[in-house]
Parts: sequence; C-alpha cells; structure tokens
Amino acid sequence: MVTGPFLILAALILVGAVAAVRMRNLVHCVLAVAVVFVGLAAAYLQLGAQFVGWAQMLIYVGAVAILLVFAVLLTRGGEVPERALFSPGWHWGVTIGAAVFALLAWAIRQSPAAHPPPAAPVQVTVEQIGTALMTHDVLALEVTGLLLTAALIGAVIIAMNDGGPQ
Amino acid sequence: MSGVDQLFVQLKHWALARCAGILPEAWQPLVSLLLSIIPLLVIFPTLFAAMVWMERKGLGRIQNRYGPNRVGPFGLLQPAADGIKALIKEDIVPRAADRVVHWLAPVLLVTTAFTVYAVLPFGRNMVVVDLEAGLLFFFAVGTVAELVVFMAGWSSRNKYALLGAMRAVAQMISYEIPLVLSTVTVVMIAGTLSLPQIVLAQSPASGWWPAWFVFTPWGAAGFVLFLIAANAEANRSPFDLPEGESEIIAGYFIEYSGFKFALFFLGEYLSLFAVSALGVTLFLGGWHAPYVVGEWVPSWVWFFLKLLAVLALFIWTRGTLPRLRQDQLMNFAWKFMIPMTLINVVIAALWHWIGSGPVRWLVCSALVIGAYSLLGRGLMRAGRWMPRTYRFAE
Repeated sequence: MVTGPFLILAALILVGAVAAVRMRNLVHCVLAVAVVFVGLAAAYLQLGAQFVGWAQMLIYVGAVAILLVFAVLLTRGGEVPERALFSPGWHWGVTIGAAVFALLAWAIRQSPAAHPPPAAPVQVTVEQIGTALMTHDVLALEVTGLLLTAALIGAVIIAMNDGGPQ
Repeated sequence: MSGVDQLFVQLKHWALARCAGILPEAWQPLVSLLLSIIPLLVIFPTLFAAMVWMERKGLGRIQNRYGPNRVGPFGLLQPAADGIKALIKEDIVPRAADRVVHWLAPVLLVTTAFTVYAVLPFGRNMVVVDLEAGLLFFFAVGTVAELVVFMAGWSSRNKYALLGAMRAVAQMISYEIPLVLSTVTVVMIAGTLSLPQIVLAQSPASGWWPAWFVFTPWGAAGFVLFLIAANAEANRSPFDLPEGESEIIAGYFIEYSGFKFALFFLGEYLSLFAVSALGVTLFLGGWHAPYVVGEWVPSWVWFFLKLLAVLALFIWTRGTLPRLRQDQLMNFAWKFMIPMTLINVVIAALWHWIGSGPVRWLVCSALVIGAYSLLGRGLMRAGRWMPRTYRFAE
C-alpha cells in the first residue's frame, strides 16, 4: 500500500496544500492549489484509475484553477499584503479542522467498507466506465448532463441580451 | 507490411537487441522509452525550424514580398541564424518580476507541449504509449498551457503582459469547449478514446468512398470546427488578440527576452503541430491511405504529408484573415461554435442510429447545412453590422 511513488505524491500534495494556505501572495496560493490538483491526479493514476486521473487533471487544472485565477484577479487580490494573512483566531480554525478530520478518520476506520475481503485487483477499462454510465447509472448521467447543458445555454442567453447600446 | 513502412520500428528493435547484451535487464524499459522519445525530440524542433521558414516565406508571398532571402540559399539558414541570435542575447528579467514563476513559465510550456506527443500515432506501430484514454490525456496535459500563459503574464508585472494573459486565458478556455466537443463525435463513432484505435477505425475499405471521418457530414463539420478551435487555442491569427502587436505589443511574453522568448516561440509551434497531428489522427485517417491502393506508401509518409497540408492551411489562414475584435471573438465562440458542436454531437448520434444507407447521408447533411445557416444568420443579425463610429478620448 505505502510505496515509494505514493510517499513522493503524498509529500507533494501535503507541501502544496500547506503552501496554498501559508503563502502571502494569493496568486502563489492558486498555483500551489494547482500543484495539489496535479498531485491528486497522479495519485489516481497510481491507483490504476486512468480515466479519473486524466479527468481530474482536465477539470481541476484546466478549469477550476483558471476560475480561481480569474476570481483573484477580478477582485484585485493580486497585491501582496503588508502583514501576515492570519486572523487572530486561527487556532480555532486549526482545532475545528483537526476535530473534523479525526471524526471522519474514525468513521472511515469503523466502517465495514474500509476492510473489504481481499479481492483480485480488477483492471477497470474506460469502456467499462462508459457502459456503467450508460446502463446502471444512466439516470444520474442524464440529470447531470441536462443540468450542465441548461447552465451552458443559460450563460449564452445571459450574454445575448446585453441591453442594447451602452 | 513492407520493410520501409516498419523501418523505424525495426531499427528500434535492432538497437534494443544490441543494448540488451551490454545493459542489465532492469534498464530495458528505460532504453526502450528513450529510443522512442529521442526521435520526437529531434524531429519536431526540426519541423519547427522548417515551419518558421515556410511561414515567413508564405506570408511574404501573400503580402507581395520575398520573405527571408539573405541567410543561405532561399534564406534556408534563417532559422539557424535566429536560434544563434536568441542564444547570445542578454536574458533580461524585470526587477519587479516574480523570478521563480517568470522562469518556470517557458520551461513548463515546452515540457507540456512535448508531453502530448506521447499518445500521437505517427505511423503503423509508431506510438510512444498506447494509452487507453489517450484523447483525454492529450486534452488534460494541454490545459496546463492555459495556466502557464497566465503565469507568464502575471509574473512579468507589466500591464500589457497581464492584459495579454487575461485575453489569452479567456480565449483559450472559451475555445477549449468546442475543441473537446468536436472530437466527441469521433469518440462516439469509433467507440474508443485510444488514438491508435481511432486510426484503425478509419482503415481503407474496398469501396470507392474513403473511410476517413472527414468524408461524412458530421466529420466534415467536426473537422472545420476542430480546425477553427485549434487555431484559437494556438493563439494564431485571426485569433491572435492575446499578442496583438498593435494593441498590447506582444501580450503575455512582452517581458521575455533571449532564449526564454525562443522557448515560448518553440512551445507555441510545438502545440500547434500536436493539435494538427491530433486533427489528422481524428478526422483525416491518421497514417492511413484513403484507398487500399495507396497503402504501399509508408504509413509515416502519409502522416507527415497530411500534417504538412494542415500546417499549410494554418499559414494560409494567418496570411489572409484579419484579426477579430474581443467581443466578436467571444460571440463567435459562445453563439456559433458551441451550439454548432452540440448539434454536431446529435448529428453523429443520428448517423450511428440510422445505420448505413442513403437515408442517413440525406438526413445528416441536411441537418449540418440547416444548423450552419440558421446559426450563421443568427450571428449576423446579432452583430447588427453598421458603419463604425469612432470616439476619441478628450
């Protein structure tokens, strides 16, 4: 389970996550988050989930990180603050975070799903994922697809009525 | 197949067998990978040099001038001169720049541009890795370029660079959607995401009509949409607003000089080659000949001929079309390209569902032409073309 590549990836993800919180410059934080996304994608690939890994890379690095960049630049957050970013009550945040993590970790350890009977490792192909999406999980796929298409068309319609000459 | 066709594959096997006697067993995969990668690292930068020369000559001819004609015969040594010039120039980094990010941007751009070549099939049995989700890999790695462009523009601490980066990111993210959606049709019909498998799906049949995907209604529409989106992704004219010289000087790489600038140049052309090669693979039959008779020509010759044809198309487009305005660019992406690609997905589904026969040709062609004319008319009406009025700042 704990192999060399996994340790390297875990270190990369943790360093990136800490950097994303600790960096002073917001743009540096966004870049650190992008490193975390790449690390997570690599972790999926290391588990043999090719489709999930590349999809993670495509969606999170290609879209979510860019969205964060836009948010930072459009809110004029790109300037470096004079002093540290931490608010006085930061230790409360750490305590609550640690408590939530402990609770989740405990729940996962207790769950029977965490200790499955040892099964032969299956190689899931993209074709199997596609078949599952089209047969067993077709309703979820259709609902998601409808929602996303509606959002896309909605965005176009909002842009279409720009209220005449300005 | 014939010996010439598999020449490079045989050569690699021969070299690997020679190495097996000298190197330990554990090194075999590494040597095998290196033998596949090093030719790519040689061929595509060479193609870059040739392409720059062809482009400057071609643009020169279109603009009624000679183009480079001083260095070597027909200016053929111009790329070498440019390379030496870039190498011996001073590397200037602005004092206010973010040094690490400023340095990282060109390096990451070239690295990712080379990485996508891993899944492209250049000939029969000539692919570095046959990934099952190859197409997804191509787009996943390609999206890093957006972040890199932003890194370059932001770290320069220059308003033109930042403006150029914002324009580039907005443009690339808008055209990424039609780019991916136009390839979805091919995935639907071929039933696979692996690029070598997609090429096999276009093997020449015995009939008189080639089996390339571009020779179907949805494929023709998809190929044109793909080329337009690829042109925009590569930030080339008429979509070169991010680096528009007359407006924002050179956009996001204004503060790059010397070899870093050359790396940006290299990275841009490498991604252009990669996306053209992807277009060839998806729509133009990859390394296949159109007919069985043409199969005696080696597969890699077919591939590179098609690649050069697509690149010539890009040069032609760059020489003849004027630059768009920012609002026209966005309108075109969101009000024409995306609806058209979505309709094309439905058309491809119909094509698959109706089954072979003249009916599907009639229905799908009518749908493509109808959708094109309706959307185009809508775009023209939304444009409200009228004489332009200019306002000057007081």
